[in-house]
Amino acid sequence: MDQTALEIRNLRVYYGDFLAIKDVNLSIPKNQITAIIGPSGVGKSTLLRALNRMNELVPGCRTEGEVIFDGVNIYDPRVDPVEVRRRIGMVFQKPNPFPKSIYENVAWGLRINGFRGTRAQMDEAVERALRAAALWDEVKDKLHQSGLSLSGGQQQRLCIARVVALQPEVILLDEPASALDPIATLKIEELMRELKRDYTLVIVTHNMQQAARVSDYTAMMMLTGEEERSGTVIEFGPTKTIFTNPRDKRTEDYVTGRFG
Amino acid sequence: MARKILDQQLQEVKEKLLILGAMVEQALLESAESLRKRDMKTARRVIATDREVNDRRFAIEALTIGLIATQQPVAGDLRRLAAILEIAGELERIGDYAKGIAVINLRMEDRPNPPVPGDLIPMAQKAADMLHRALLAFVNEDAEAARAIPREDDEVDALYLRIYRDLMNVVVCDPSAVERINWLLWAAHNLERAADRVTNICERTIYAVTGEMAEMDVTWDELEG
Repeated sequence: MDQTALEIRNLRVYYGDFLAIKDVNLSIPKNQITAIIGPSGVGKSTLLRALNRMNELVPGCRTEGEVIFDGVNIYDPRVDPVEVRRRIGMVFQKPNPFPKSIYENVAWGLRINGFRGTRAQMDEAVERALRAAALWDEVKDKLHQSGLSLSGGQQQRLCIARVVALQPEVILLDEPASALDPIATLKIEELMRELKRDYTLVIVTHNMQQAARVSDYTAMMMLTGEEERSGTVIEFGPTKTIFTNPRDKRTEDYVTGRFG
Repeated sequence: MARKILDQQLQEVKEKLLILGAMVEQALLESAESLRKRDMKTARRVIATDREVNDRRFAIEALTIGLIATQQPVAGDLRRLAAILEIAGELERIGDYAKGIAVINLRMEDRPNPPVPGDLIPMAQKAADMLHRALLAFVNEDAEAARAIPREDDEVDALYLRIYRDLMNVVVCDPSAVERINWLLWAAHNLERAADRVTNICERTIYAVTGEMAEMDVTWDELEG
């Protein structure tokens, strides 16, 4: 097993009285891509959002258990959630650039995180982030046009650039390609393979072929427990194993399309 | 759900594999019997059948590759389809061995009757029987049977050893028979190899059913040692 980036221990997430996910224990390997798969409503996004305390922004949401990151439980009261979300960034399903220029979309995050460099240093940081997101060549001549003028695939890469600019250690991606056409999807997938050199990636996807193509490890979630209401991880392993010889019958049924 | 198409076509390709297997099994038996009886007509038919065996193997491959491309099978489905590609290839090679025996028969057509060893028939029967059961084990997803069948390869190897010694004794007595004996040894060797390939089919069946890749082969060298 590779080095661990995030160690999830006995994680439970409630929405009010409703136990959405329970007893998740998982080690997310460092500099690898981990996919979270499973049927709709199983709690994949809930689990993902628990990894950078994004769930706290949902009213009534309560989290138990620990997520150990860099030796510290991110749920420790002394930990600043804003700092957690900078170091563990997130990219959402629908590209959501700000209604500002391409340049400002990337620069903005740096500014609010206290960037105090020169204009030239900012230009450099923006270029570095756009290059890392494989977008630079397409936008270098129109940096001051609106981010919204870009195609859906480009907008999503702009959002990735925005996250990358903050130099996080982990990037969480929630269905990052579900609103994109196949070519734009492939570009995002290629980009993920490149980003894993520098970052740990966790992706939620309901597209199993995408999970198979892009990830190194796969976590399979299913509803379990009383009345099968709470989601948990039932199998975790190398993606090749999950898609060629899963241990759990439920995983086999799900990946082969027998489920439901 | 796409599952229904995949299930139907998986069934279809398995049936085609069984038909191919039945053709090869018959070719194996007929090639040995026609050699024993010096029956040139049957030998020619075995050779003609081999072309159809090759065509059917390609048809199975095309169907399987089409399924992989369009249905994106994974896990057990993918292992089964991968196994079918391998097994179709093994069947085609066993068909080549049968054809090879038929060709040997034709090549010896104008020679004086060589002493075709009687053990050739039980050897072909044993190999054909193992092949038959190996394919049943595959379609029935019976990993236990697939593990048991390769052990019977010892019987085929033992028959081959006997044929080998018999034929060597003939050469010692009559060195002028060396060419004919060489042909016959080759025929027996083809049968021995056919049974080895049945072992490969069993290995693929175990992989398809359990995901385990295991070498089941009992080689000639080990038997000798």
